[in-house]
Amino acid sequence: MNNNELHKVAERLGVSRRTFMKFCTGVAATLGLTGGAGVQMAYAIASPRRPAVIWLSAQECTGCTESLLRSTHPTLENLILDLISLDYHETLSVPAGHAAEEAKLHSMKENWGKYVLVVDGSIPMKDGGIYCKVAGKPIVEHVREAAEGAAAIISIGSCASWGGIPAAGPNPTEATPVDKVLTDKAVVNIPGCPPNPYNFLSTVLHLVTFGTVPELDHLNRPRFAYGRLIHENCERRPHFDAGRFALEFGDAGHKKGFCLYKLGCKGPETYANCPAIEFGDVGGGAWPVGVGHPCFGCTEEGVGFNKPIHALSDVKTVTPPTTFPGIAEPVGTGVTPGAAALLGAVGGAVLGATAMAVKQLGKLEKDRVSDHDSQDNP
Amino acid sequence: MSHHQPIGGRLFTAPFLFLGILAVIALVLLVDRFANGLAAVTNLNDGYPWGIWVVYDIVVGTGFACGGYVLALTVYIANKGKYHPLVRPALLASLFGYSLGGLGAVIDMGRYWNFYQMFNPAQMNLNSVMLEVGLCVSAYSLVLFIEFLPVILEKFRADVWRARLEKVLFIFIAIGVLLPTMHQSSLGSLLIAMGHKVDPLWQAQQLMPLLAIMTAMLMGFCIVIFEGSMAAVGLRQPSETHLHRGLIKVIVGLVAAYLVIRFGDLIRRGALGGAFEGDLQGNMFLLETALFVVPLLILGSSRFNRQGRFLLIAAVSLLLAGATYRFNAFLVGFDPGAGYVYFPSAAELMVSIGIVAIEIMGYLFFVKLFPVMPKHQQAHA
Repeated sequence: MNNNELHKVAERLGVSRRTFMKFCTGVAATLGLTGGAGVQMAYAIASPRRPAVIWLSAQECTGCTESLLRSTHPTLENLILDLISLDYHETLSVPAGHAAEEAKLHSMKENWGKYVLVVDGSIPMKDGGIYCKVAGKPIVEHVREAAEGAAAIISIGSCASWGGIPAAGPNPTEATPVDKVLTDKAVVNIPGCPPNPYNFLSTVLHLVTFGTVPELDHLNRPRFAYGRLIHENCERRPHFDAGRFALEFGDAGHKKGFCLYKLGCKGPETYANCPAIEFGDVGGGAWPVGVGHPCFGCTEEGVGFNKPIHALSDVKTVTPPTTFPGIAEPVGTGVTPGAAALLGAVGGAVLGATAMAVKQLGKLEKDRVSDHDSQDNP
Repeated sequence: MSHHQPIGGRLFTAPFLFLGILAVIALVLLVDRFANGLAAVTNLNDGYPWGIWVVYDIVVGTGFACGGYVLALTVYIANKGKYHPLVRPALLASLFGYSLGGLGAVIDMGRYWNFYQMFNPAQMNLNSVMLEVGLCVSAYSLVLFIEFLPVILEKFRADVWRARLEKVLFIFIAIGVLLPTMHQSSLGSLLIAMGHKVDPLWQAQQLMPLLAIMTAMLMGFCIVIFEGSMAAVGLRQPSETHLHRGLIKVIVGLVAAYLVIRFGDLIRRGALGGAFEGDLQGNMFLLETALFVVPLLILGSSRFNRQGRFLLIAAVSLLLAGATYRFNAFLVGFDPGAGYVYFPSAAELMVSIGIVAIEIMGYLFFVKLFPVMPKHQQAHA
């Protein structure tokens, strides 16, 4: 791609060429890819054929969409709407009612086998799925229909990934994650409540650029985002290791930024990259633990919305020891009379021995000189 | 035909037994240290993880043990064969100085049971100055033992083995010159790593390794004079003053060069003012400087430097100067901040004293029973 083409793309997206390239490189870095991948991404985004995206919303709160809209890496909302062709989204679509439904069907027919299906929200299965209906049809049927012709399926948010809030006990609607409904399809899970928009965006860009999804873990989560415990990269981790814990909100330890483990932080059992990429693009520390609230494990099935917020987490790595070094370490005792006397005695002994030796050496030398004299003058 | 012989005489004299008592006290304290941990015996704390055991037994002790190193340099590198009679006693003292320094390191280690990992390439931290010092000191202790081995083989008349060993001994002598050059200068690098915790009077940054190796050489030459003089007085050995006088020129040169570099650096960094503030650090610096300068005056005067007793005074003064420099840089001028203070406990001092006692006892044992000392010339008898 030459400079001119890049310039045209940048113009179309309403950003400068430099901003556009920085965005692509930044996304590549989030994915753990090389700088060269950023160029490939720029090329993929600039291609005139943008992949169609069908976004279905089931039992959800629109938090995932809201979060995505607020990602403000240089004019991201422009880019997300321009780099893909978002053909159906209940919150964002311009048409409504029958017109919106028709646009969806038209796009699916046109792009059969090539479009990306994104689902947020869990699927109610009880009583034939009647607890969530769109266009007079249970959502489960919409999802199954759209999945038939999808090139890739992404579950965004904890509800779609493993059930989330709707699936919390007693789960009155039998809320079910997408991959349990589409058991014969490969579904990429991007859990979180809401998930970090950049984890979603990076996955989509990987798909657009390379035609494949990024490397996944055993729960089909992208490894670049969910490969490590929050605990492992947490900025408060040294406090955990040293046994410095906040014991209640507003106490001295909490004010000093100590570890929130004893307030119920689920970082030690939750896999996500929150401490590394944070939220809201406002700089350091803007994520739950960073601002002083324990992580509640939103991305982790069986933790978020299941465990009490202030219950202790099961530490997956090293459990904290039962005894810790004190916060105020002893700073040592100064000189004691006994030690000073002993040191003085040593100094005295060295000087004394030297003095004795000097005296005797002098005597020996004098003797030798007189010996020499007596030998020389017999 | 050997040029050395045991000096004989009774081993268990009254001073020897006194030293034995000091050694036993140290060993009892060490039992306490290993049973109840470092805090039971030492005043070490988080700010001062190194106390007198490291600073005396290793940093200063190995400086005192540089006699073998500088004589190997003089005899084998500078090819001054006339100093050969001084080599064996110096090697013996170095062997004790270094092996007991190594022991000092182990007893000072909080987790001594992991010590062996230092020799495991998979566990090495190649960025660590300590690794260099640790490996080098342990290798050099081994080399010193091999260098000293002919004495033991001679004693037990294992002539075949001795002949075989002496064929390859030059390799070990060469390594024995290389290793102290490396680790003695690394003792200075340790202080670079400590950065601003070291008082500006001593924090000479990149010059630190040079100052460390120069003080090591000085202490090495002076310990040779000190041991020779003490042997002349205490063990009724013939005086070696005539040999010691030959070392004056190189000692004067070293002290002068050291002082020029030391003060040049202090003036360049504008740190000299700290010497006159009247605080502990400033006064210790003045004491250290005096201990360097006074011997320079003695040795520079042709009236004094022909007499063995003044040579001894100068040598002791320089030994104390080197020791004070190292104590100052590692302890007196070392402030980890956060209110930490350190002064060795009486028990800690007793362990160091006991280790010195063991060194002297070992030295006496070997010179009395093994062919270490040069054979008397008839004229001296």
